[in-house]
Amino acid sequence: MEAQTLLKLKNQAKEIRKLIISMIGNLGVGHIGGSLSIVEILTILYYKYLNVDPKNPDKMDRDRFVLSKGHAGPALYATLASKGFFPIEWLNTLNQGGTRLPSHCDRTKTPGVDMTAGSLGQGFSAAVGMALGCRLDKLNNHIYCIIGDGESNEGQIWEAAMAASQFKLSNIIAFTDYNKMQIDGYLHVIMNIEDITSKWLSFGWYVQRVNGHDLEQLDFAINRALNEKCRPSMIICDTIKGKGFYPGEGKVESHNMTFDKNMAAEAIEKLEKENDL
Amino acid sequence: MAEKEMRQVYTETLIELAEKDPNIVVLEADLMKSTGTASFAKKFPDRFFDVGVAEANMVGIASGLSAVGKIPFAATFACFATRRAHDQFFISANYAKLNVKLIGADPGVTAAFNGGTHMPFEDIALTRVIPDLIVFEPSDPVSLKKLLIKSAYHKGCTYMRLHRKATNTIYNETEEFEFGKGKILTKGNDAVVFALGVVCVNEALKAAQILSNEGINITVVDMISVKPIDKELIISLAQNSKVTLTFENHQVINGLGSAVCEVLSENYPKKIIRLGVQDLFGEVGTLDYLKNRYGITAENLIKNIKNALEK
Repeated sequence: MEAQTLLKLKNQAKEIRKLIISMIGNLGVGHIGGSLSIVEILTILYYKYLNVDPKNPDKMDRDRFVLSKGHAGPALYATLASKGFFPIEWLNTLNQGGTRLPSHCDRTKTPGVDMTAGSLGQGFSAAVGMALGCRLDKLNNHIYCIIGDGESNEGQIWEAAMAASQFKLSNIIAFTDYNKMQIDGYLHVIMNIEDITSKWLSFGWYVQRVNGHDLEQLDFAINRALNEKCRPSMIICDTIKGKGFYPGEGKVESHNMTFDKNMAAEAIEKLEKENDL
Repeated sequence: MAEKEMRQVYTETLIELAEKDPNIVVLEADLMKSTGTASFAKKFPDRFFDVGVAEANMVGIASGLSAVGKIPFAATFACFATRRAHDQFFISANYAKLNVKLIGADPGVTAAFNGGTHMPFEDIALTRVIPDLIVFEPSDPVSLKKLLIKSAYHKGCTYMRLHRKATNTIYNETEEFEFGKGKILTKGNDAVVFALGVVCVNEALKAAQILSNEGINITVVDMISVKPIDKELIISLAQNSKVTLTFENHQVINGLGSAVCEVLSENYPKKIIRLGVQDLFGEVGTLDYLKNRYGITAENLIKNIKNALEK
């Protein structure tokens, strides 16, 4: 990746991070941890790879994106708003009655959201269905999907993994947001998913493992996944829960955290001073 | 009338639909031989997906197919379709306002030799609480074909109970059907029986025949769907009948009996006799044994009508 592109993406990721922190701070509570851990993945997808059009969010041949860990909705909303899918002011309506931005993603409410998710495991099966349907229509597109590491406790993830492999869905590129934490504690304490790389390999997927906050590594991995023609792709992303929000960074408690506007402003100020995330 | 395997009608109709509409796709969870869709798979291999023994995943995949414009028909035994995959059908298909056609085979006692684990007495209960969903059960090959076509062109999810085995034909080929419109099959003011599905509609017709020989005339209604429910018909027939009964191959709790009671208690309160499974689990046995066991027989219907008329 050219240095200039990288810098642009890094700045964009920082902007999205700031939007997430301020959106949740404005409300006073929300899924900050798992939203911040996927910012770089969303940034590189929406600013480099996804064939989507904010002015025509329903065009048939677009790439699809499924946020199967639907509770990270705020991260997707910040990204979609920054891309122009809807006015940035909507972000302040998060979780308010009548909002078009509910805590968990809803395809019927938000422009640019391709699938409803929230009951964990289900978005991933839907992504498999989308991949089958798009292949049937001979669309030359891809279905991108982010699943959570805690979500990987769900049996349905592995049912869908088996099916994607059986149906040779090379048009699926999935990411595991591996921040090593779930609501009740560390994964290795609550429900360990190791050896996660071997698991995906043994399910017949093309597996890569990257630092999920390193845009160059993500770029390289997505590129290789796009060139894989036989198998679905899983990019396991080592991430940090709450990345960039200092009161919650690396803390289990960041899953659904209470904080106010002042704390949000303070965190954003600190974030701005950092040169390189 | 000649008997025809219902699963054959199911698959033939899907093939007919698929020939006209490239968006029709079919999903199975390792039961294509039971539901009869193997011939669809042969004809349209690209549009047939057997996901193996993974019903929840099947409904999730069907939802994804629908999200990219396909019209998926996903079938498995009714117990798995509605119990095991309930959250997937609720959230991924219905809450997401997609267009998934879920088929539950072997409703109620027709699960017979598969026994209690496979015997859905609550699939209507589990589906009729889902907003906007259409819940229906054809009673013969003609209504199966016509209603399946209606379901394909309805924009939204549907749940259909499928009796797989052969059954006699009740309707003429020219009969037309609507969801939420019951069919009056016999007429009489002594009693009205609101019935649903192959087993109950046929047993009710048998009872009507026997009773008419004794000078008791009853109205038998094939309700077609539990949701939407034919309110007007229920109210007007309850008003004009001495005895009102519901008759279902399902729990009386939150099935057809409950649905009819809800309509009448709000509009024309009167005593209702709810025949069907009385808060019991399923068990194994022959179809005849099970019909007797749970009181889903013409004899039980006759007994209840006579008792009520004597009072």
